[in-house]
Amino acid sequence: MILLAMLGSALLAAALSAAIPARRAAQAVTVASSLAILALAVLAALRVASGAILTVAAFSLSVDGLSMLIILLIALVGATAAVYSWGYMERTSAHEPGRLRVYYANYNVFVFAMLAIPMVAESTLVWIFVELTTLSSALLVSFENTREALEAAWKYVTLSLMGAGIALLGFLLLFAALQAGGGSSYTWGGLLAAAPRMPPALLKTAFLLIVVGFGTKVGLVPLHTWLPDAHSQAPSPVCALLSGIETTSVLYVILRLLPVLQASPASAVAEWMPVFGLISVGVAAFLLLQVRDYKRLFAFSTVEHMGIILFAAGLGSGAAHYGAMYQVVCHAVTKSFCFFAAGAAVLTVSTREIASVRDLIRTSPAAAASLLLGGLAIAGAPPLAVFLSEFSILRAGLAEGRYVLVGLLAVFIAIAFFGVLLHVNRMVFGVAAEPAAQAADGSAAAAVPPGAAHAAAVAGAPLPLTCLTILILAGALVVALGFYLPASLDELMRMASGILQR
Amino acid sequence: MSIPGSTLGALNALAGGLFLLTAFAMVATRQTRGCLLLFIYQSLLLAASAFLLAGEYGSSHLVGVGVVNLISKPIVVPLILRRTLSSEIYTRREIDQALNIPASLTIALALAVFSYFLAIPILNSVAPEFRSANVPIGLAGLLLGAYTLAVRREAVPMLIGILAMENGAFFAGISLSRELPLIVELAIASDGLILVFVTGVLVRTIQRRIGSTRVGELASLKEDQALRRQGVT
Repeated sequence: MILLAMLGSALLAAALSAAIPARRAAQAVTVASSLAILALAVLAALRVASGAILTVAAFSLSVDGLSMLIILLIALVGATAAVYSWGYMERTSAHEPGRLRVYYANYNVFVFAMLAIPMVAESTLVWIFVELTTLSSALLVSFENTREALEAAWKYVTLSLMGAGIALLGFLLLFAALQAGGGSSYTWGGLLAAAPRMPPALLKTAFLLIVVGFGTKVGLVPLHTWLPDAHSQAPSPVCALLSGIETTSVLYVILRLLPVLQASPASAVAEWMPVFGLISVGVAAFLLLQVRDYKRLFAFSTVEHMGIILFAAGLGSGAAHYGAMYQVVCHAVTKSFCFFAAGAAVLTVSTREIASVRDLIRTSPAAAASLLLGGLAIAGAPPLAVFLSEFSILRAGLAEGRYVLVGLLAVFIAIAFFGVLLHVNRMVFGVAAEPAAQAADGSAAAAVPPGAAHAAAVAGAPLPLTCLTILILAGALVVALGFYLPASLDELMRMASGILQR
Repeated sequence: MSIPGSTLGALNALAGGLFLLTAFAMVATRQTRGCLLLFIYQSLLLAASAFLLAGEYGSSHLVGVGVVNLISKPIVVPLILRRTLSSEIYTRREIDQALNIPASLTIALALAVFSYFLAIPILNSVAPEFRSANVPIGLAGLLLGAYTLAVRREAVPMLIGILAMENGAFFAGISLSRELPLIVELAIASDGLILVFVTGVLVRTIQRRIGSTRVGELASLKEDQALRRQGVT
């Protein structure tokens, strides 16, 4: 019931925000619905953490610890991004109320589709909802309608849909494998039960097709090329959703299949996952060093984090799986905050170019402080949460005796740490470049002259109240997560890692 | 009893051969209208194969699959495209693909052979009644669709490439997973229609803003963006 209420609330909000023409109605409806979903998700999470499994048989919904963890994070980021959107979108596109309604309608459908992915137990329906997340977010990515935004949206749509086509065949083959294994119900549980009798060749092919197909959407290297474009060109609250939680909710599907694979005769394939993950981490770490756009910086950091999660999930021990789940939580909370901070910076300096943002701490202390906190947190500076989760993954890997893989991972994480903080530090504390250096860096002069950016920042209005509120709340959450883990959340993470373990 | 079965099987093999032919023709066609027509033929062949398999194995699910495909792809998809995009888009010809057509066809041939080898282990691991030419041909359709997507520069042929990939996946899928619930089938079909609509809207916006649907030329988002801009100015 509680699950249907969450889905229904999102759908209703989508319909209402498209239908009601009154000014600010769409915003209000969306915020109300997202907060309601968050409250319901917390209630449901408490129940799941105490051992219940929520099901709605008529719609084949079933929620256990792993699904609940993802749902909770979607609800959290969905709510903070909705409140943030209010002020942010008002500032950037208040003159187009009609388009704002379209934005909010798409926003709610997007949240609905994401919530449905972990809730639905029937595997092909999961595929459909993953496809729906692409379609509902495509017009959000292109929302600003600039040449770059349209290009990013087109790349996003074509590559994601190409991946979805490949994954579709994977799911159809998985169904054939299920039937060959004597299973009848095409759900995660049914797959797990039939796994030992599935023909290995069939399951292996199906799994690889799904990993390649959905890996495109998760942003695994080498199919990540659309991700930095889409995750940097979309409006900032949408980036928070895309980067913070959409990638994770698609990765969830791959994680769900890992126990099936391990229970089957084709379990050797699961051994490749740490290597896949490591490739993503390594490539992203080096690409991080040379970005010129600070939203792309955080987008590449998402590629890195998805790699780390896949790495940990593929390791196989209980401690590693717990680390993977911890990383999922930390990533969602921290990365959404990073994009809120980046959005605040965009509002104050109206450029995304790292080179033209200098000395931000003087021009906009709020944006600068949150960028700094976000940068430190996402890079994994102790004592913040990402440091703890990455550390627990490294320790779990060492305990398994994977010295080479873990050593490489540690090196890549260190490079990424350096990359993120190098750029953030320059933006926040860096002294404005000298004229000679500016002439050499023609791009900065061509796009937005640094002087003009500073002038705009000085003259610019202060951050919208909702943005500021969310920055403070989400920032507090990022800090708090490093020091305090609620007992029920910890229980949920343990349950989730237990499900991966089977 | 066995004679009608084998006749249906032979007809299905014919449909498969023609399906593969349309996939190849899609790689070679330059005209957008031709691409769309080929996609319609391909969808009809997919529906035909579903009906033939349904007759051969007495599966009512596959009849449903055939009907859904018959209505959604050859009829509704072109209608949606016509509503969202101006008809001027169909008359477009593509002058330059990333590769010329003979090279493209050679690669397409290699992909088809590759998918045949890819299909062997799959076919060996399922029960004999599931073994049909659908699997390698569907795989080839999927790969050729992906290839079309990769080499095209015009938006609408790229969109058709995506739809062709889905056709390929289904062509292989219907022979392997015959008992797939019809509700799933309906959901996938309606999903495909949303896909065409959303992509159509996106293409229309691109056309209005940039004045062209040659999306292959959009390449400003690169890491060396700043350097390149400097070189230009």
